[in-house]
Amino acid sequence: MSILGWLQQHVFFWMSPPWWTMTSILLQIIALVIPLMLAVAYLTFAERKIIGWMQVRMGPNRVTFFGIPWLGGWGQPIADAFKLIFKEIIIPAGANRFLFLLAPVLALGSALAAWAVIPLDATMGVTDVNAGLLYILAMTSVGVYGVIIAGWASNSKYAFLGALRSAAQIVAYEIAMGFALVSVLIAAGSLNLRDIVLRQDGGMAHWFWLPLLPMFVVYFISGVAETNRAPFDVAEGESEIVAGFHVEYSGMGFAVFFLAEYANMILIATLASVMFLGGWLSPLQGLAELWGGSTESLFATAYVGTFLGHGLHWLVFKVMFLLLLFLWFRATFPRYRYDQIMRLGWKVFIPMTIVWLIVVAVLVMAEVPPWFQRA
Amino acid sequence: MPEIRNMTLNFGPQHPAAHGVLRLVLEMDGEVIERADPHIGLLHRGTEKLAESKPYNQSIGYMDRLDYVSMMCNEHAYVMAIEKLLGIAPPRRAQYIRVMFDEITRLLNHLLWLGCHGLDIGAMTVFIYCFREREDLMDCYEAVSGTRMHATYYRPGGVYRDLPAQMPQYQPSRFRSEAEIRRLNEDRQGSVLDFIESFTSRFPACIDEYEILLTDNRIWKQRTVGIGVVSPERALQLGFTGAMLRGSGIEWDLRKKQPYEVYDELDFDIPVGINGDCYDRYLVRMEEMRQSNRIIRQCVDWLRANPGPVILDDHKLAPPPREAMKGDMESLIHHFKLFTEGYCVPEGEVYVAVEHPKGEFGIYLISDGANKPYRVKIRPPGFTHLASMNEMARGHMLADVVAIIGSQDIVFGEIDR
Repeated sequence: MSILGWLQQHVFFWMSPPWWTMTSILLQIIALVIPLMLAVAYLTFAERKIIGWMQVRMGPNRVTFFGIPWLGGWGQPIADAFKLIFKEIIIPAGANRFLFLLAPVLALGSALAAWAVIPLDATMGVTDVNAGLLYILAMTSVGVYGVIIAGWASNSKYAFLGALRSAAQIVAYEIAMGFALVSVLIAAGSLNLRDIVLRQDGGMAHWFWLPLLPMFVVYFISGVAETNRAPFDVAEGESEIVAGFHVEYSGMGFAVFFLAEYANMILIATLASVMFLGGWLSPLQGLAELWGGSTESLFATAYVGTFLGHGLHWLVFKVMFLLLLFLWFRATFPRYRYDQIMRLGWKVFIPMTIVWLIVVAVLVMAEVPPWFQRA
Repeated sequence: MPEIRNMTLNFGPQHPAAHGVLRLVLEMDGEVIERADPHIGLLHRGTEKLAESKPYNQSIGYMDRLDYVSMMCNEHAYVMAIEKLLGIAPPRRAQYIRVMFDEITRLLNHLLWLGCHGLDIGAMTVFIYCFREREDLMDCYEAVSGTRMHATYYRPGGVYRDLPAQMPQYQPSRFRSEAEIRRLNEDRQGSVLDFIESFTSRFPACIDEYEILLTDNRIWKQRTVGIGVVSPERALQLGFTGAMLRGSGIEWDLRKKQPYEVYDELDFDIPVGINGDCYDRYLVRMEEMRQSNRIIRQCVDWLRANPGPVILDDHKLAPPPREAMKGDMESLIHHFKLFTEGYCVPEGEVYVAVEHPKGEFGIYLISDGANKPYRVKIRPPGFTHLASMNEMARGHMLADVVAIIGSQDIVFGEIDR
């Protein structure tokens, strides 16, 4: 047997056909998760900078790469990560060790797993599941167990209160969120996220944010509540229950919760873009017709056409815009009280979604143009 | 069947909303407070006892450290008590300076209160905005006394020194660019009075800015309206003073009701609430800031027009000028005697109260004729307010306790003394 043959059989076996499916999936996952984690790291930086500007202060501006002055602050997320990695993880006395360590994994795992079915553009994406929407619902719901288990396993009253608040909050907002998704499902006629985006083809006016505007608002606000972000951050409630469910976590345990929170923010923003803002579709589509041109010729322009046309970058811009809203809310609003959140969820959002569900159903049955006419 | 018990939650002393070292033992039914039991004493430093062992003028600095966010008002009560026992009155200019700095202190206190109250309820931004303005006022403290917080500026017989003719300016450093220094120094070209005047002209717009963030904000109203309601009768029975009493609708302000210094010559209004909840107390304090701004403006105008001495010429009570000390033996002796032995105060007892930013701050002083007080009793406003915690918080939720602590405007320096 030649050396080449031996290598092929024992070292590079993962490149051979029976293994290659798994290898390529793994590679795809890595290709998705690494940029995602980088995005999470720099979202924390963006948050500190943007809220800093809103609050007439500077935000992090010291840590830099290779001493380059104009990169001041850009090294901060990396430095933070290093600090947290090397801190001791303290497991409190009386805590359930297994659950205590499981909780952050559960929180982050589900936040990342949901990304499997997100279509990044017409072809890109890890998988293309028919029931993508259901999968998303399942995954985002599992994330809450991380919070609840963390609060329960910590053996701390503050953490326990945080977990209880989170559990109650999730029940209220999952329903509203679910109904909002059902209205998308009715409008698109598909559970597949890629089909949902393709149904919105035709320009900004065709995107679902217009016919489903109340649903879009409800979905986004519920998303803010689901990710425990201000003004719905009662599960953390810094000034009330100190840090809520993660009060007993230190080092990487704490960091993983943070990563999960920010990964969830990006996920919610992405889902909102996919379902209501046309995903990777270009907002310029159909605009050229207004001035007598044609979209096709606009997108076919040399160089700029690639940028103006459909593509992943439009999804990124939309996600960034929605993330900016997350940060903006945090800088502007005081925190709701726990029972007021419940009231908003049960008495405002859920009735609103049910009513609009019927409206959407009627619109679809009546085939109202430009969104719902049959091809 | 398992027995259902209430949960006891230890709130503080290490808690982000404990405003220092408040320890509350909360008995809770779920999130609802059944009983709130404040524990105090974690910041006790024995100020009253310390004052007994020192000549009168050496305890002024301790007063700064009582309520450490409204320093000069504490000094004011103590200094006025000594003056009353001695039977002296400071020069008019000193009285105006004191009133002006009392009101600057009120702004300092209310800005810190607003920032922390906002932060407790979750509004981060207003906190930073408040500290931006607070910084300027701290600079005024620094300009007249040399320190940003614990000024020891008021002395029996007047104030330590006249207002400087030049506002201190920022110096260039490697952390601040030229342009930034220019912007920071723009207001600081003239005297301290010029700086204060320019502050008073821009400050109302700053208050508007805070109010935009909070006053009509639905979440802010949901969190404060109807929380911690105290009826006017009950507020009187509980011994409330200051904004806590005025928030309940009782028009009581020592500056108007028993004017001290020159408050009777100044034009200002007393804001009064209606419902006695956290929101009304918030509105009262916001309006108090506007009124303080008015008072400061009037003081600035008077001080500009009327130069004069700022401390009595009696060197038994006030130190002689530095130059005189170098050449004149009698001045040197005065200086030595004043700073070692102090002065003897006639036998008697006196209670003096000022309208402190938090309420009525009183000093009860007994003298046995020696150079040290026989007894000093401090009447802090926060103590009585904190004592009502159980009554105000019962039946509310955990998050409301935080709002109530914020609206009581508690500082532990004065409660624990």
